[in-house]
Amino acid sequence: MKYNIIIFPGSNCDYDAYFVTKNLMGAEVEYVWHKDTSLKYPDCVIIPGGFSYGDYLRAGAIAKFSPIMKEVITFANKGGLVLGICNGFQVLTETKLLPGTLLQNKSLLFICKHQYVKVVNNKTPYTHIIEKNQVLDIPIAHNEGNFFIDEDGLKSLQDDQQIVFQYCDKEGHIDDITNPNGSMLNIAGIVNKQGNVLGMMPHPERSSDPICGSKDGQNIFLSIMEFIEK
Amino acid sequence: MQKATIYVTLKPQVLDPQGKVIMNALHTLGYKNVTEVRASKMFEVTLDAKDDADIKQEIEEICDKVLANPNIETYYYKIHDE
Repeated sequence: MKYNIIIFPGSNCDYDAYFVTKNLMGAEVEYVWHKDTSLKYPDCVIIPGGFSYGDYLRAGAIAKFSPIMKEVITFANKGGLVLGICNGFQVLTETKLLPGTLLQNKSLLFICKHQYVKVVNNKTPYTHIIEKNQVLDIPIAHNEGNFFIDEDGLKSLQDDQQIVFQYCDKEGHIDDITNPNGSMLNIAGIVNKQGNVLGMMPHPERSSDPICGSKDGQNIFLSIMEFIEK
Repeated sequence: MQKATIYVTLKPQVLDPQGKVIMNALHTLGYKNVTEVRASKMFEVTLDAKDDADIKQEIEEICDKVLANPNIETYYYKIHDE
Protein backbone atom coordinates (compact mmCIF):
# COMPACT_ATOMS: atom_id res chain seq x y z
CA MET A 1 0.00 0.00 0.00
CA LYS A 2 1.30 3.40 -0.88
CA TYR A 3 0.62 6.84 0.57
CA ASN A 4 1.35 10.22 -1.01
CA ILE A 5 1.69 13.12 1.43
CA ILE A 6 1.18 16.58 -0.06
CA ILE A 7 3.46 19.34 1.18
CA PHE A 8 2.45 23.01 0.92
CA PRO A 9 4.53 25.92 2.13
CA GLY A 10 3.47 26.00 5.78
CA SER A 11 2.55 22.31 6.18
CA ASN A 12 3.98 21.12 9.48
CA CYS A 13 2.51 17.67 10.18
CA ASP A 14 3.89 16.14 7.01
CA TYR A 15 6.76 14.35 8.74
CA ASP A 16 4.51 13.08 11.55
CA ALA A 17 2.24 11.53 8.92
CA TYR A 18 5.29 10.13 7.09
CA PHE A 19 6.73 8.62 10.28
CA VAL A 20 3.49 6.93 11.27
CA THR A 21 2.57 5.54 7.86
CA LYS A 22 6.10 4.35 7.05
CA ASN A 23 7.76 3.48 10.35
CA LEU A 24 4.76 2.33 12.38
CA MET A 25 2.48 0.99 9.65
CA GLY A 26 5.15 -0.22 7.26
CA ALA A 27 3.53 1.33 4.19
CA GLU A 28 5.30 2.82 1.21
CA VAL A 29 5.21 6.64 1.36
CA GLU A 30 6.24 9.45 -0.95
CA TYR A 31 6.09 13.18 -0.44
CA VAL A 32 4.54 15.26 -3.22
CA TRP A 33 5.40 18.96 -3.47
CA HIS A 34 2.42 21.24 -4.06
CA LYS A 35 3.92 22.57 -7.31
CA ASP A 36 4.09 19.07 -8.78
CA THR A 37 1.58 18.28 -11.48
CA SER A 38 1.22 14.56 -10.91
CA LEU A 39 0.77 12.20 -7.99
CA LYS A 40 3.13 9.25 -7.41
CA TYR A 41 0.70 6.34 -7.85
CA PRO A 42 -0.91 6.48 -4.40
CA ASP A 43 -3.58 4.27 -2.85
CA CYS A 44 -4.26 7.08 -0.39
CA VAL A 45 -3.38 10.79 -0.42
CA ILE A 46 -2.83 12.59 2.88
CA ILE A 47 -3.21 16.35 3.10
CA PRO A 48 -1.43 17.01 6.38
CA GLY A 49 -1.95 19.61 9.08
CA GLY A 50 -0.18 22.93 9.32
CA PHE A 51 -0.73 26.45 8.12
CA SER A 52 -0.60 26.28 4.33
CA TYR A 53 0.24 29.72 2.96
CA GLY A 54 0.16 31.09 6.51
CA ASP A 55 -3.63 30.66 6.60
CA TYR A 56 -3.79 33.89 4.58
CA LEU A 57 -7.28 34.98 3.47
CA ARG A 58 -8.95 31.88 4.99
CA ALA A 59 -7.41 28.63 6.20
CA GLY A 60 -6.88 26.44 3.12
CA ALA A 61 -8.11 29.11 0.69
CA ILE A 62 -4.86 29.62 -1.21
CA ALA A 63 -3.74 25.98 -1.14
CA LYS A 64 -6.68 25.03 -3.32
CA PHE A 65 -4.99 26.82 -6.24
CA SER A 66 -1.76 24.82 -5.96
CA PRO A 67 -1.12 22.80 -9.15
CA ILE A 68 -1.21 19.43 -7.35
CA MET A 69 -4.76 20.01 -6.11
CA LYS A 70 -6.14 19.47 -9.62
CA GLU A 71 -4.63 15.99 -9.52
CA VAL A 72 -5.92 15.35 -6.00
CA ILE A 73 -9.45 16.33 -7.11
CA THR A 74 -9.24 14.03 -10.15
CA PHE A 75 -7.93 11.20 -7.93
CA ALA A 76 -10.76 11.75 -5.43
CA ASN A 77 -13.41 11.89 -8.15
CA LYS A 78 -12.19 8.51 -9.40
CA GLY A 79 -12.78 7.07 -5.92
CA GLY A 80 -9.22 7.36 -4.57
CA LEU A 81 -8.82 7.73 -0.81
CA VAL A 82 -8.03 11.28 0.33
CA LEU A 83 -7.49 11.98 4.02
CA GLY A 84 -7.33 15.63 5.12
CA ILE A 85 -6.13 16.20 8.67
CA CYS A 86 -6.71 19.57 10.39
CA ASN A 87 -5.47 22.12 7.81
CA GLY A 88 -5.96 19.31 5.29
CA PHE A 89 -9.66 19.22 6.24
CA GLN A 90 -9.81 22.99 5.72
CA VAL A 91 -8.20 22.60 2.28
CA LEU A 92 -10.75 19.90 1.36
CA THR A 93 -13.70 22.16 2.24
CA GLU A 94 -12.19 25.06 0.30
CA THR A 95 -11.70 22.82 -2.75
CA LYS A 96 -15.32 21.63 -2.33
CA LEU A 97 -14.30 17.99 -2.06
CA LEU A 98 -16.12 18.19 1.27
CA PRO A 99 -19.09 20.38 2.20
CA GLY A 100 -19.12 23.03 4.94
CA THR A 101 -16.52 25.42 6.30
CA LEU A 102 -14.23 25.47 9.34
CA LEU A 103 -14.77 28.78 11.13
CA GLN A 104 -12.65 30.28 13.86
CA ASN A 105 -13.12 28.55 17.23
CA LYS A 106 -16.00 30.01 19.21
CA SER A 107 -13.60 30.85 22.06
CA LEU A 108 -11.29 32.73 19.63
CA LEU A 109 -8.45 30.71 21.16
CA PHE A 110 -6.05 28.26 19.53
CA ILE A 111 -6.87 24.93 21.17
CA CYS A 112 -4.21 22.26 21.62
CA LYS A 113 -5.16 19.32 23.83
CA HIS A 114 -6.10 15.66 24.03
CA GLN A 115 -9.69 15.20 22.91
CA TYR A 116 -12.16 12.33 22.96
CA VAL A 117 -14.05 11.69 19.74
CA LYS A 118 -16.82 9.19 19.07
CA VAL A 119 -16.80 7.11 15.91
CA VAL A 120 -20.43 7.48 14.82
CA ASN A 121 -19.91 5.99 11.36
CA ASN A 122 -17.76 2.87 11.11
CA LYS A 123 -18.80 2.08 7.54
CA THR A 124 -16.00 4.07 5.90
CA PRO A 125 -12.57 2.95 4.62
CA TYR A 126 -11.10 4.97 7.49
CA THR A 127 -13.10 3.52 10.39
CA HIS A 128 -14.31 0.05 9.41
CA ILE A 129 -12.14 -1.82 11.93
CA ILE A 130 -13.46 0.36 14.79
CA GLU A 131 -16.60 -0.46 16.80
CA LYS A 132 -19.52 1.90 16.21
CA ASN A 133 -19.70 4.53 18.97
CA GLN A 134 -16.21 3.64 20.20
CA VAL A 135 -14.50 6.60 21.88
CA LEU A 136 -10.98 7.47 20.73
CA ASP A 137 -8.41 9.76 22.34
CA ILE A 138 -7.03 11.85 19.46
CA PRO A 139 -5.53 15.29 20.06
CA ILE A 140 -6.69 18.51 18.42
CA ALA A 141 -4.57 21.59 17.66
CA HIS A 142 -6.34 24.31 15.72
CA ASN A 143 -7.66 27.84 15.55
CA GLU A 144 -10.31 27.21 12.88
CA GLY A 145 -12.11 23.99 13.73
CA ASN A 146 -15.63 25.25 14.26
CA PHE A 147 -17.54 23.30 11.61
CA PHE A 148 -20.35 25.28 9.97
CA ILE A 149 -22.81 24.31 7.25
CA ASP A 150 -26.26 25.67 6.32
CA GLU A 151 -29.42 23.87 7.43
CA ASP A 152 -29.95 21.94 4.20
CA GLY A 153 -26.31 20.90 4.17
CA LEU A 154 -26.49 19.66 7.74
CA LYS A 155 -29.60 17.64 7.00
CA SER A 156 -27.92 16.12 3.98
CA LEU A 157 -24.85 15.19 6.08
CA GLN A 158 -27.11 13.43 8.57
CA ASP A 159 -29.32 11.74 5.97
CA ASP A 160 -26.31 10.34 4.12
CA GLN A 161 -24.42 9.31 7.27
CA GLN A 162 -21.51 11.56 6.38
CA ILE A 163 -20.69 12.50 9.97
CA VAL A 164 -17.86 10.19 11.07
CA PHE A 165 -16.45 11.71 14.28
CA GLN A 166 -18.11 13.82 16.97
CA TYR A 167 -16.39 15.49 19.94
CA CYS A 168 -17.37 13.88 23.25
CA ASP A 169 -16.10 13.07 26.72
CA LYS A 170 -14.48 9.83 27.88
CA GLU A 171 -17.90 8.22 28.35
CA GLY A 172 -19.05 9.29 24.90
CA HIS A 173 -21.42 12.11 25.90
CA ILE A 174 -21.94 14.54 23.05
CA ASP A 175 -23.14 17.95 24.21
CA ASP A 176 -22.14 21.63 24.48
CA ILE A 177 -19.81 20.92 27.40
CA THR A 178 -17.84 18.37 25.40
CA ASN A 179 -17.71 20.63 22.33
CA PRO A 180 -14.26 22.28 22.27
CA ASN A 181 -14.72 24.74 19.43
CA GLY A 182 -18.41 25.41 18.74
CA SER A 183 -18.75 22.93 15.84
CA MET A 184 -22.32 22.20 14.75
CA LEU A 185 -23.44 18.88 16.29
CA ASN A 186 -19.92 18.54 17.75
CA ILE A 187 -18.71 17.51 14.29
CA ALA A 188 -15.02 16.57 14.28
CA GLY A 189 -14.85 14.74 10.94
CA ILE A 190 -16.97 14.03 7.87
CA VAL A 191 -16.76 12.04 4.64
CA ASN A 192 -18.07 12.95 1.19
CA LYS A 193 -21.20 11.23 -0.10
CA GLN A 194 -19.14 8.47 -1.74
CA GLY A 195 -17.19 7.90 1.47
CA ASN A 196 -13.71 8.03 -0.08
CA VAL A 197 -12.73 11.52 1.13
CA LEU A 198 -12.38 12.10 4.88
CA GLY A 199 -11.68 15.39 6.62
CA MET A 200 -10.98 15.42 10.35
CA MET A 201 -9.76 18.09 12.75
CA PRO A 202 -8.21 15.65 15.31
CA HIS A 203 -4.68 14.42 14.54
CA PRO A 204 -4.46 10.60 14.29
CA GLU A 205 -0.78 10.92 13.32
CA ARG A 206 -0.10 12.53 16.71
CA SER A 207 -1.71 9.66 18.58
CA SER A 208 -0.31 6.58 16.88
CA ASP A 209 3.11 6.16 18.48
CA PRO A 210 2.43 5.15 22.12
CA ILE A 211 5.11 7.65 23.21
CA CYS A 212 2.54 10.38 22.40
CA GLY A 213 0.24 9.25 25.22
CA SER A 214 -2.38 7.60 23.02
CA LYS A 215 -2.22 5.16 20.15
CA ASP A 216 -5.89 5.41 19.22
CA GLY A 217 -5.01 7.21 15.98
CA GLN A 218 -3.53 3.95 14.69
CA ASN A 219 -7.08 2.71 14.14
CA ILE A 220 -7.50 5.13 11.24
CA PHE A 221 -4.29 4.02 9.49
CA LEU A 222 -4.97 0.32 10.17
CA SER A 223 -8.46 0.73 8.67
CA ILE A 224 -7.04 2.36 5.53
CA MET A 225 -4.42 -0.35 5.17
CA GLU A 226 -6.90 -3.19 5.56
CA PHE A 227 -9.30 -1.50 3.15
CA ILE A 228 -6.61 -1.17 0.47
CA GLU A 229 -5.01 -4.57 0.94
CA LYS A 230 -8.08 -6.77 1.21
CA MET B 1 -6.44 52.91 -13.37
CA GLN B 2 -9.51 52.07 -11.35
CA LYS B 3 -9.77 50.97 -7.79
CA ALA B 4 -12.33 48.59 -6.37
CA THR B 5 -13.09 48.53 -2.68
CA ILE B 6 -14.47 45.10 -1.87
CA TYR B 7 -16.21 44.24 1.38
CA VAL B 8 -16.53 40.58 2.37
CA THR B 9 -18.94 40.04 5.25
CA LEU B 10 -20.16 37.00 7.16
CA LYS B 11 -23.72 35.95 6.35
CA PRO B 12 -26.18 36.94 9.10
CA GLN B 13 -26.72 33.34 10.22
CA VAL B 14 -22.96 32.77 10.75
CA LEU B 15 -21.78 33.40 14.30
CA ASP B 16 -19.10 36.09 14.57
CA PRO B 17 -17.32 35.54 17.91
CA GLN B 18 -14.83 38.31 17.12
CA GLY B 19 -17.67 40.82 16.70
CA LYS B 20 -19.18 39.61 19.98
CA VAL B 21 -15.92 40.16 21.86
CA ILE B 22 -15.60 43.67 20.40
CA MET B 23 -19.18 44.44 21.41
CA ASN B 24 -18.53 43.25 24.96
CA ALA B 25 -15.45 45.49 25.11
CA LEU B 26 -17.51 48.46 23.91
CA HIS B 27 -20.11 47.76 26.58
CA THR B 28 -17.36 47.65 29.20
CA LEU B 29 -16.23 51.09 28.01
CA GLY B 30 -19.75 52.40 28.52
CA TYR B 31 -21.06 52.40 24.93
CA LYS B 32 -24.38 50.94 25.94
CA ASN B 33 -26.15 51.92 22.70
CA VAL B 34 -24.16 49.34 20.73
CA THR B 35 -26.39 46.31 20.13
CA GLU B 36 -24.30 44.37 17.60
CA VAL B 37 -20.83 44.37 16.02
CA ARG B 38 -19.95 42.28 12.95
CA ALA B 39 -16.31 42.17 11.87
CA SER B 40 -15.62 41.91 8.13
CA LYS B 41 -12.80 42.10 5.58
CA MET B 42 -12.10 44.94 3.17
CA PHE B 43 -9.85 44.63 0.10
CA GLU B 44 -8.57 47.40 -2.15
CA VAL B 45 -7.94 46.07 -5.63
CA THR B 46 -6.40 48.28 -8.32
CA LEU B 47 -7.14 47.33 -11.92
CA ASP B 48 -5.62 48.45 -15.17
CA ALA B 49 -8.83 48.40 -17.22
CA LYS B 50 -11.19 50.93 -18.72
CA ASP B 51 -14.49 49.26 -19.49
CA ASP B 52 -16.76 49.33 -16.41
CA ALA B 53 -18.68 46.23 -17.45
CA ASP B 54 -15.46 44.24 -17.81
CA ILE B 55 -14.21 45.42 -14.43
CA LYS B 56 -17.44 44.39 -12.73
CA GLN B 57 -17.29 40.96 -14.30
CA GLU B 58 -13.66 40.54 -13.28
CA ILE B 59 -14.27 41.65 -9.70
CA GLU B 60 -17.25 39.35 -9.28
CA GLU B 61 -15.23 36.44 -10.63
CA ILE B 62 -12.39 37.27 -8.20
CA CYS B 63 -14.84 37.41 -5.30
CA ASP B 64 -16.63 34.18 -6.23
CA LYS B 65 -13.40 32.25 -6.82
CA VAL B 66 -11.06 33.64 -4.20
CA LEU B 67 -11.97 36.47 -1.84
CA ALA B 68 -15.28 35.17 -0.47
CA ASN B 69 -16.34 31.70 0.64
CA PRO B 70 -19.97 31.46 -0.51
CA ASN B 71 -20.82 29.00 2.29
CA ILE B 72 -20.34 31.66 4.94
CA GLU B 73 -19.73 35.03 3.28
CA THR B 74 -21.31 37.57 0.96
CA TYR B 75 -19.62 40.56 -0.70
CA TYR B 76 -20.31 43.96 -2.20
CA TYR B 77 -18.00 46.45 -3.87
CA LYS B 78 -17.59 50.00 -5.11
CA ILE B 79 -15.52 51.05 -8.12
CA HIS B 80 -13.83 54.44 -8.26
CA ASP B 81 -11.19 56.20 -10.38
CA GLU B 82 -7.68 56.25 -8.99
